[in-house]
Amino acid sequence: MDSIVFLILRQMRAPLLLLTTIYAIATLGLTLIPGMDDKGQVWYMDFFHAFYFVSFMGTTTGFGEIPYPFTDAQRMWALIFIYISVATWVYTIGTLIRLWQNETLQKALAEHRFQRQVRQINESFFVVCGYGNTGSRLVKSLRKRLIRASVLDLKQDRIDALMLAEHPLFLPGLQADASTPRNLVLAGIMHPMCKSVVALTDDNAVNLHIAITAKVLKPELKVICRSDSHEIEANMASFGTDAIIDPFDSFAKDLGLAVDYPYQYMLSDWFRNESGETLAPVMQLPKGRWLLCGFGRFGRAIHRELVDAGMTVQVIEPNKALLNLPVNAVIGDGTEAVTLNQAGVSEAVGIIAGADDDSNNLSIIVTAKELNPDLFVIARQNQQANSRLFAHPRAELVMEVSDVLATKIRTLLTNPLVDDFLSLARAHDDSWAQNLTERIRKISPSGFPEVWECVIAADSAHAVSNALTKGTDVRIEHLTHDHHDRDVSLPVLALLHSNSQGAFCMPSGHASLAANDRLLFAGSAASRARMQWNLQNEVALGYMLTGASLPQTWLGRWLQRANS
Amino acid sequence: MKTLGKSDTGAHKINANLDTYGYSERSIETGSRYMNLEKVVFAFTIILALTLNFGFFTGDIGNAAHHNVYELYAAIFVNAIATILKFGDRTHMGAVLLAASLVADIQLVAAAGVWVYAVHVTDIGLTPAIVASIVSLAGGAVIANTISVSLLVIETVMLRR
Repeated sequence: MDSIVFLILRQMRAPLLLLTTIYAIATLGLTLIPGMDDKGQVWYMDFFHAFYFVSFMGTTTGFGEIPYPFTDAQRMWALIFIYISVATWVYTIGTLIRLWQNETLQKALAEHRFQRQVRQINESFFVVCGYGNTGSRLVKSLRKRLIRASVLDLKQDRIDALMLAEHPLFLPGLQADASTPRNLVLAGIMHPMCKSVVALTDDNAVNLHIAITAKVLKPELKVICRSDSHEIEANMASFGTDAIIDPFDSFAKDLGLAVDYPYQYMLSDWFRNESGETLAPVMQLPKGRWLLCGFGRFGRAIHRELVDAGMTVQVIEPNKALLNLPVNAVIGDGTEAVTLNQAGVSEAVGIIAGADDDSNNLSIIVTAKELNPDLFVIARQNQQANSRLFAHPRAELVMEVSDVLATKIRTLLTNPLVDDFLSLARAHDDSWAQNLTERIRKISPSGFPEVWECVIAADSAHAVSNALTKGTDVRIEHLTHDHHDRDVSLPVLALLHSNSQGAFCMPSGHASLAANDRLLFAGSAASRARMQWNLQNEVALGYMLTGASLPQTWLGRWLQRANS
Repeated sequence: MKTLGKSDTGAHKINANLDTYGYSERSIETGSRYMNLEKVVFAFTIILALTLNFGFFTGDIGNAAHHNVYELYAAIFVNAIATILKFGDRTHMGAVLLAASLVADIQLVAAAGVWVYAVHVTDIGLTPAIVASIVSLAGGAVIANTISVSLLVIETVMLRR
């Protein structure tokens, strides 16, 4: 900042010198040229009045010829200096404005401002590198939960979009190259409250660089990266990146799961996504012959998973020179009936439109549905703007990269226990999952259940921690019942109980709690608020534990002791 | 002013948008004749500021006839020029020079302010007391200007070695 001030001063020297000199000469002249007072006597202006006159002449204010009207000699002097002094003033102000608008200065100011805003953050926050489709989705869902993030993006208009987004929570953003360590430090990775850095740029190499820089500078920072290249993913994993999310692999794996475990898939959908209908029927993928249009990264991942799940997959791909293309692949776009018929569309149960162009995908869907209206359609949507075109009933399942990434990453950042729960749930069969979905539908009939974590710590569960330090046995059922009537159970489900012995899926209400245990609950937002009473309020917890109301005041407690 | 004193040698990358070098042009030897003119002007202005200032200061401290208003005016003007010339120098010496110059400016402007106040704003007039105030403020500025000139001399001597 100091250097900027010095540079401005340097550039301002010429205009200021000119201005001072012009003013000095004009003032001196006015004191030497004879004027006339109101009595007709010769009168010389003194410096004060001369300087006053020159000041309002130069700034084009022009109060008038004071204190007495000018003589012609004075007027001639003034005439010359009106033009010269005004021009000099304009030159000075113009130079100042030009310097102020200088790009380097503005950039330095923006950086300085950003650094100050990041330093002032006093709550846990994340650093998000890349504010494209995925970044903006992620930041929006974080903002809804009032979680702060600092944002870096290479393009200024993305940062402008961040600033213009309507939301009361202010997020600092800077247009900077996230692969430069200095910019990452500016964004706050070394800040004690920074919990994680998320690399979401559209360049895998940049994401890799961000991951390495973050891990080297602050190893305990959680690093989450996006990647779609297996080599780069291996590289990222080699130095301990905490989570690498490949959107295609991720979607394909979930799809493979959905073939035989549709209810498990539904659970994962409910717990990860933010909004939706729990009453919607479960998605059953038909078994049989599937057509796959497009054998890029997406197509390959889908092909692998569906074949592993036991489906027959017929590949349609225009580029016959692709590596690892199956021998029986049909060469073509899939957008014409000829190719689809050749691939056997009438006997197929489903089609996957996986090209990297949205109009091609839509064309494939429309053509295929004409030939076989009962096809189950899975579509890849490339541009976020085309959401309306892919809406149901055109496609039963839509894969949009930014959506997949943002959902996964948001879950990782805000509710990491959900991933633990879902991986434990895989050990159970699908009827167990079906049971669970029934139970969830009962507690949350209208929309997706809210899923939240609870940590038994002094700040988030004050009453429970205190009770535990005193040695009282506090169980999960004490948390999940209503503090107005302990026989009534709140509409929540305890999904996961993670303690020092491990993680337990669907714990029973009789499980005992210990300090620093983590619990995952699903339920409505109202019941989440209700549970806070049991967690934080000693009187409520006391009622839950004993059934008797403890007196709330010191006087009441004294009286109780006196009477007992 | 910014076109003088720095020949475009390749050794210095000059940012097209902003002047990047903040080092005093006076303290770098390049041997071109423009260099010397810049030094002459700079030294001339600083010394002239001191001489005019001192000229105003000398004389009976209470006697208005010994202190010419034109000399005060010239002193203020040349001090302002000297201050502006000292802008933008990032060396320690440059910072101290600028500080001394600003002090001198403030003192002289205060002296002028007292004069204007006594003669125009109120009816005190140029009493010996007022003249003494004016001259003593100018005397303070003499000290500041002396410091400036001393620093200039010291810098010149150091460079010569």
